[in-house]
Amino acid sequence: MDIPYTTQARPDTGVYNAKVGVWLFLASEVMLFGALFSAYILLRVGALPADWPHGLLNIPIGTFNTAVLITSSVTVVMAWASLKMGRFDRFKIFQTITVLCALAFLGIKTFEYRDKFTHYEVWKTDGSRLTGHIEGKPAFLTLDKLKDAKVEKIHFLPDPHHYAEGRLAARKHDVEHKAVEIPVSDIKRLSAFVPAHSTYFAIYFTLTGLHALHVLGGAIVIAYLLGPGSRMWFTEPERFINRVETSGLFWHFVDLVWIFLFPVLYLL
Amino acid sequence: MNTQATQTMPHAAAVAAVEHEDVGFWRKYIFSTDHKVIGIQYAITALVFLLFGFGLIMMMRWQIAHPGQPIPVIGPLLEATLGQVAAKGIMSPDLYNSFGAMHGTIMIFLGVVPLAFAAFGNYVVPLQIGAVDMAFPRVNMASYQAYLIGGIIMFVSFFIPGGAAQAGWTSYSPLATVIPTHGQTFWLIGMVFLITSSLLGAVNFIATIIQLRAPGMTWMRLPFFVWAQFVTAFLLLLAFPPLEAAAIMQLADKLLGTSFFLPTGLAVGGQLANISGGGSPLLWQHLFWFLGHPEVYVLILPAMGIVAEIITNNTRKPIWGYKSLVYSALAIGFLSFIVWAHHMYLTGMGTKIATFFQTTTMIISIPSVIILTCLFLSLWGGSIRFNTQMLFALAFLPMFGIGGLTGLPLGFAASDIHLHDTYYVIAHFHYVVAPGTIFALFAGIYHWFPKLTGRMMNEFWGKVHFWGSLIFMNIVFQPMFAQGMAGMLRRMADGGANYSAAVAPEAIGTLSHWIMQLHTYILWGAVGLALVQIPFIINLFWSLKHGQPVKSDNPWQATTLEWQTPPPPPHGNFDKPITVYRGPYEYSVPGHATDFTPQNEPPRGKAES
Ligand code: HEM
Ligand SMILES: [Cu+2]
Repeated sequence: MDIPYTTQARPDTGVYNAKVGVWLFLASEVMLFGALFSAYILLRVGALPADWPHGLLNIPIGTFNTAVLITSSVTVVMAWASLKMGRFDRFKIFQTITVLCALAFLGIKTFEYRDKFTHYEVWKTDGSRLTGHIEGKPAFLTLDKLKDAKVEKIHFLPDPHHYAEGRLAARKHDVEHKAVEIPVSDIKRLSAFVPAHSTYFAIYFTLTGLHALHVLGGAIVIAYLLGPGSRMWFTEPERFINRVETSGLFWHFVDLVWIFLFPVLYLL
Repeated sequence: MNTQATQTMPHAAAVAAVEHEDVGFWRKYIFSTDHKVIGIQYAITALVFLLFGFGLIMMMRWQIAHPGQPIPVIGPLLEATLGQVAAKGIMSPDLYNSFGAMHGTIMIFLGVVPLAFAAFGNYVVPLQIGAVDMAFPRVNMASYQAYLIGGIIMFVSFFIPGGAAQAGWTSYSPLATVIPTHGQTFWLIGMVFLITSSLLGAVNFIATIIQLRAPGMTWMRLPFFVWAQFVTAFLLLLAFPPLEAAAIMQLADKLLGTSFFLPTGLAVGGQLANISGGGSPLLWQHLFWFLGHPEVYVLILPAMGIVAEIITNNTRKPIWGYKSLVYSALAIGFLSFIVWAHHMYLTGMGTKIATFFQTTTMIISIPSVIILTCLFLSLWGGSIRFNTQMLFALAFLPMFGIGGLTGLPLGFAASDIHLHDTYYVIAHFHYVVAPGTIFALFAGIYHWFPKLTGRMMNEFWGKVHFWGSLIFMNIVFQPMFAQGMAGMLRRMADGGANYSAAVAPEAIGTLSHWIMQLHTYILWGAVGLALVQIPFIINLFWSLKHGQPVKSDNPWQATTLEWQTPPPPPHGNFDKPITVYRGPYEYSVPGHATDFTPQNEPPRGKAES
């Protein structure tokens, strides 16, 4: 028993089965990310300006990561085109670049995450708020943990300005900033820039985390087709090209999501 | 089937599938990629869950009718398995909440959807379009396995400390998040598996229908059942991901301490919660109902498809208005994405938004009415065979009619303010899904049983099952309209006793003795309903071995392709190449020797190739 149109296109629909499958899957993915973007809008509209951080993400790094992903989008197409022209060697080169780009993206993202986990905001009992770093760069500290450890004060290196003050404020008091001591008893709330910090970071980590999982998944598939999976080229070249094509479609989608994520999260 | 295309490139899955023929029990029945085996796996699992969900509600109905009294027979057993929450065999309010939430979840996500869409769809759709299997057999297997895992997670959650989820199948935040047990966490993880299963299934169904139709099977020659499943698959594909997103966010609220759905200033147990706040409870409701409303059409469209097949087959005439049916199903598909907030009139989302959703809700009732009207008109002038499946299909029509028409007052904000969250809503949607969809599913089982097994089910006991179910269903659900209009709220562990005239004789607007008395009738109606399922269950098993063997491949003398293959169909489905020459319902064609013309019968003068 053979299932028809696994490789050849069906004449009246013009596509092979897996291509229909991938497009349908991507349609559901659009709805998944669409729902999260809608959540972003609703949460942002509902947030007080002071509770919606600005300018905490590193724009140059984000831009660089965008360029990395766009590059990989190009190489994925080049890889597919190389196969179409029968150039298996060039396919290997291009697809290797794609996988390297994916890894670079994930590495940079990990670095960015790590940066956030050691960056804190302190809400003091007098109503003032500070962002900055705690001496020793601990990650994931909370007020409860401090109290459990019977810590009495923290050494805090504040940022030049708090995000709620707006971007222009940065220039005004951009004098040298030195460490301050904050008694734990003066602290009402303390949180690293983790999902629990605010709805902004909650949606930021959910969106980028889910996206990173997609990058990882796509990279694994592409790496498989580059490695052990590529033997199919010598037995069933057409089917192999189809596989490369469908994985490429998915990869483009992953890039496209980032193209939306970058401005929404970094620039707006 | 196009063999040319595949000869050069044998599909790995297809090769593997062929090997199944002699790979022994495990790969043939448990890890099968054959759409028919997977369909049966889905059917058995879903029927077991339906029975389980029914059992939950039986215990709840006892508690409602006799609050605080030990449940007879089952009470001690409950105490032994669940402990304190069922002390002395009495259902505690916490347990009542768990059972209620899980009844809804199980009936919808583990019972009706898997049975109506995945089981019937898997078994019947490839056969009806003349395909050898689904487009992606291994994805199909994965879909069932994800469903099973999701089901097991849901089931296990009953036995963890604190028990299963308690915040209703709608799981509104913040309530769902702040209940201090892990039931909700299990629920959310279970849902992620169930959603994944549905998504895989939906992709597979749509790809199969687009790609694997037999030569000559044009879109307008598809049986209506296939169309119904096609639209259903799109609903699942596009409506479920937002709930998946919502489930991820609620899970984060529960485990990572985020505040997606938790507002600023939320107090739990009299204390300010230690959270960032800033979240939006409305967001959860929007995302939930964005799935929730299309979901009700996921429950009803396959049922309509089954009923259409059975009515046309047993009236021996073409379905009335085939094209109207198809376009109505498509219209429902589109419109069902823009009516969801009619479940949220009381949330204070604003009158302008409410106006929009009232309008779309009224518009979507039009295609539903068209479908029902076509099915009614199909009866006109037919010589009707009143076998069991036809009786169930016929009863579907007025029962679904009652369910649909009682939805209209809910669709207007003005009347919904009174009716929202009362037993009226319960009665409304149960008329749609219980004597509606469930009857259609019974009909489908009686109709296709000979195809699966080569044997007929017993007619006499089938009719006992039918008449009993019809009578008791109505005894159960009809009184709920009255209770709801009298103001009885749903989800109350004491069935409203606290608000009854018996407790507060002086107060105005209490629930009268008469209204409270209805609980007893409902309880005995539910017991009766349980009893009349026994002949069905016995019939199902007994007929497997002892049912009358079918005399031909096509015992109902039907036109569609699933009857053009031996019962049960072999692996690969058809023992001859299938080409389609005509529409799906050519019954009683004048001048034809028989009163039915199968879709693959060549036009006169043309020999079958
Ligand atoms: C076409 C006519 C229909 C209309 C106008 C309609 C309208 C409504 C409305 C406005 C509600 C919300 C009531 C409230 O909570 O106050 C509701 C609830 C519900 N309806 Fe329908 N409906 C229709 C058909 C259906 C169908 C076909 C199904 C399912 C197969 C269905 C299943 C449900 C369910 C499950 C609920 C309850 C949800 C909950 O738990 O709150 N309805 N209906
Ligand atoms: Cu609705």
